[in-house]
Amino acid sequence: MKVIVDEDKCCGAGQCVLLAPEVFDQREDDGIVMLLNAEPGPDQYDLVRESAAVCPGAAIEVSEEA
Amino acid sequence: MTSPGSVLIVGVSAAGLSTAEALRRQGHQGRLTLLDAEPHLPYDRPPLSKQVLAGDWEPGRAQLRTQAQLEALDAEFVRGEPAVSLDAAAREVRTDTGRVLRGDAVVIATGLTPLRLPGRRALAGVHELRGLDDALTLRAHLTAAKRLVVVGEGVLGGEVAATARAMGLDVTLVGLGPAILAEQLGGPVSERLTRAHTERGVTLRLGVAVEELTGHEGRVTGVRLATGELLAADAVVVAIGSRPATGWLEGSGLTLGDGVECDSRCRAADGIYAVGDVASWEHEGHGRRMRLENRTNATEQAQVVAANILGADRAYAPIPYFWTDQYDIKIQAHGLPTPGATVSVAEGDLDQGRFAVLYQESGQVTGVLGWNMPKQARVLRQQHLATRPVATA
Ligand SMILES: Cc1cc2nc3c(=O)[nH]c(=O)nc-3n(C[C@H](O)[C@H](O)[C@H](O)COP(=O)(O)OP(=O)(O)OC[C@H]3O[C@@H](n4cnc5c(N)ncnc54)[C@H](O)[C@@H]3O)c2cc1C
Ligand code: SF4
Repeated sequence: MKVIVDEDKCCGAGQCVLLAPEVFDQREDDGIVMLLNAEPGPDQYDLVRESAAVCPGAAIEVSEEA
Repeated sequence: MTSPGSVLIVGVSAAGLSTAEALRRQGHQGRLTLLDAEPHLPYDRPPLSKQVLAGDWEPGRAQLRTQAQLEALDAEFVRGEPAVSLDAAAREVRTDTGRVLRGDAVVIATGLTPLRLPGRRALAGVHELRGLDDALTLRAHLTAAKRLVVVGEGVLGGEVAATARAMGLDVTLVGLGPAILAEQLGGPVSERLTRAHTERGVTLRLGVAVEELTGHEGRVTGVRLATGELLAADAVVVAIGSRPATGWLEGSGLTLGDGVECDSRCRAADGIYAVGDVASWEHEGHGRRMRLENRTNATEQAQVVAANILGADRAYAPIPYFWTDQYDIKIQAHGLPTPGATVSVAEGDLDQGRFAVLYQESGQVTGVLGWNMPKQARVLRQQHLATRPVATA
């Protein structure tokens, strides 16, 4: 799985960090998403998919190809 | 109900589209029909009063998903046809062309319709803002206009005033409330926000009603206030709130109050669900009926609705969350920052450009708000409100 984030669309909600803190964090100053791991392991798949689903900025893209 | 063979979703924007995606993700293999009144591919609304209105984004950037992502849903899209009625028992929806669509489960996700000023005359130059076409028409007009009057001191009014001010217009904001977002954020923060607007040159007329719009040869020329004052304007934006888009459900047998009334599972009737801005449901955590008009609710509620359609029995009891961007100010509000609560500063300083505050009622933290402190607000939410944004799986 590959994860891409679009900083420009991120509104700093932090929903992704609440769900998958091993994959996402937020910048200290403006709260914009930081990708901690662009190719997370299988144990994170569901959480990452859910983060992409609930992200209110439609800022997270997940590509399922290895 | 166990897994339905087919699902019909009416309204394919943030909430409806998220429900469709969640259904597929959670294993729905049956038919999926997606009906929307608009001809456009699904797009996101928050940028409409911000990046799109400002011209920072070309409109396509607000599109929610790419064509390829939509195709991957393996759904039947019906676009540009509003639903005009629902037969709840038969789970049949009729569109304005007479087409009849059916689903073993039907999801209502038709959002809101903006309110118009009572007695508003058909004058050119008066705008409501809900959809992409509204935003583009308004943008085109604002690039030529000089004096804008915004009616409404809520989130949308504040955002439009901020964007138009940054575009160089002379902006006056009129509202019934005592401060911008007073109803949503209460005293100290709304007063701080109101001050930010004044400092950036917006003229305010708060605590006063609009009497009428004035016009000449079919074009708006101004806004007359109840005080008798006449504000000259060549553009007017009316942002006085919205009501749930339930007109097409009259006679369906569903209970329509402030939105489609659902149980705690977001179920309006057997096999019928509502999601997003249009849905009113029993929030078990708060022990009362709730309807939220924000972007995060649309996607979070969609996850629960999809799960329940597929046979789960999950209550939807989220922590409400919304954000608003006005000028360089990014506000994030978690929980219920009600006007009645006591506000205390957790980080920073109300007079500075960054702070986070807690809202408390009877000693309980009910809300957390960040002002240019998104991360800190989220951390405070985790400390004081709860850990996960929505209870799933
Ligand atoms: C300008 C603007 C700025 C915003 N900014 C923010 C923000 O900063 N932060 C935030 O949290 N929230 C914001 N919001 C709110 C957020 O966009 C909404 O909460 C969200 O769009 C709700 O999604 P929804 O799918 O429930 O409804 P909608 O997005 O309204 O979608 C409803 C869909 O139903 C369709 N429809 C309606 N009637 C029919 C019918 N009879 N038949 C078929 N289809 C129909 C419509 O065409 C539409 O596609 C903003 C909203 C607007 C308008
Ligand atoms: S959930 Fe989306 S909008 Fe929120 S911080 Fe993460 S990427 Fe940004």
